[in-house]
Amino acid sequence: MSANTTIINLGPQHPSTHGVLRVILELEGEIVVRATPDIGFLHRGIEKLSEHRSYHQIIVLTDRLDYLAAMSNNLAYVLTVEKLLNIDVPKRAQYVRVILAELQRIASHLFWLGTHAHDLGAMTPLFYCLREREPILDIFDSIAGSRLTPSFMRIGGLAADIDGSFINRVRLFTSDFSGRVDQYETLLTGNPIWQARTKGVGTMAKEEYINLGISGPLLRAAGINWDIRKAEPYSSYDDFDFAVPQGTNGDVFDRYLVRIREMRESTRIINQAVDALPEGNYTCLDSPAVFPNKDAVQKNIAAMIHHFNLVMEGIRPPAGEVYSSIESPRGELGFYIVSDGGPRPLRLKVRPPSFVNLQGLPRMVQGRMLSDAVGIIGSIDIVLAEVDR
Amino acid sequence: MNTERLREKFGSLIKDIYTFRGEVTIVLDKENILQLGALLKKDSEYAFDFLSDCCGVDLFPQTPRFCVVYHLYSMLHGHRLRLKAFLHETAAAIDSVTSIWETANWHERECFDLFGIQFINHPDLRRILLPDDFVGYPLRKDFPLEGR
Repeated sequence: MSANTTIINLGPQHPSTHGVLRVILELEGEIVVRATPDIGFLHRGIEKLSEHRSYHQIIVLTDRLDYLAAMSNNLAYVLTVEKLLNIDVPKRAQYVRVILAELQRIASHLFWLGTHAHDLGAMTPLFYCLREREPILDIFDSIAGSRLTPSFMRIGGLAADIDGSFINRVRLFTSDFSGRVDQYETLLTGNPIWQARTKGVGTMAKEEYINLGISGPLLRAAGINWDIRKAEPYSSYDDFDFAVPQGTNGDVFDRYLVRIREMRESTRIINQAVDALPEGNYTCLDSPAVFPNKDAVQKNIAAMIHHFNLVMEGIRPPAGEVYSSIESPRGELGFYIVSDGGPRPLRLKVRPPSFVNLQGLPRMVQGRMLSDAVGIIGSIDIVLAEVDR
Repeated sequence: MNTERLREKFGSLIKDIYTFRGEVTIVLDKENILQLGALLKKDSEYAFDFLSDCCGVDLFPQTPRFCVVYHLYSMLHGHRLRLKAFLHETAAAIDSVTSIWETANWHERECFDLFGIQFINHPDLRRILLPDDFVGYPLRKDFPLEGR
């Protein structure tokens, strides 16, 4: 620190830090000389807790990682356990998972867009975005009984089969959603104030993104084509036709455009999945790791014993280690599980995209105005619950 | 990924190599992490330019007690590889790979914070998730879940 600079705290209680992020900013006038993120205010020790829970119980914990994209967290975790157990998930369950994960991506991007625009002084988009987010949360509520923490995915498939009303609700939502996205674009894309606040802000060199491990919309806004749904398709993503939107400059404006287009692409994926939804089981009922149908538990003694064993003891996967990752709304969300053959993981590590992406913040804000820092923090789209775990 | 080819190319740096569920893991001596990491990044056949994740594992009561695990990804080829180095409790230190992949900075800080593993030549090795005055390393197996 020199005689000409001032140190200020942005957060941990500041509306634009989207949670309990503290950034220590060294300012020279209004220019940011150095930014140091300070995290950990929301650390709950979820990785430690996971070592003391059975594999089924951990699903509930994953909801609490990134609470704006709980379905994606569920999905990443169950895919990893399924890889460890070598379970084949029925096609129907895979398609429903895709529908849920893409609805979640839209919900997450909507919340991001609303709050991000609000940070930069545009009040209206927040109301519009939350208006469309509600029906998605209502859909989750209708199948899982919970809006933000559904815990709907299970090892081997889903918690329950979906019914006709689910499909109708999803169709109703997607039928007019693209028009709603047009409305947000009318408010922002051509808006000269929005452009002045976002264009050319928060850029970095292309190589730095890869070197810093940044993934997701941030990476694609810089023109690097990497989407795990395409690169390493999971849960039948290769059955669907969709584009991977990319930007060119990697500034806050491009990140906005990439997410807007991603919402449109997600709608396309959902429509394809709903139209081609196969018949079949909602979960892999043959696997010993999967809970039997509730109906069978009450009528059949073998199913009841199986259920009892799974609840009281859990499953014992083979000893070994697996890593599996998905494209969450924020980037590469990975789980690394080490099993020693016991009913609880020896080690569970989450690879949180927000944590890694936030590491780029000091580079992005260096030499920019303080007011740009607010826009840049918003554009990274962090969820502190995931950063701190 | 062909394990034979890896062994052929980097044989002297590899202690063990195995495949589980289609994932290739290389076990190496901790002294070789910088050399092998740089080679894997530079070699055009592998081009591991993206470090997805780096974390510690406590294998207590086994010896060596700790291991540090690196998950590599190649943007060019789209393949993955896992590197593993075992550390004894008395010498729980390994070279930092921040000079190869900058993203390792926070991952290694987290590993230091939760396991107490030292990273040699790390640019800024201090606690990241826990407060600076916290005593102990919570992800170690001898750290209780509650009631300390």
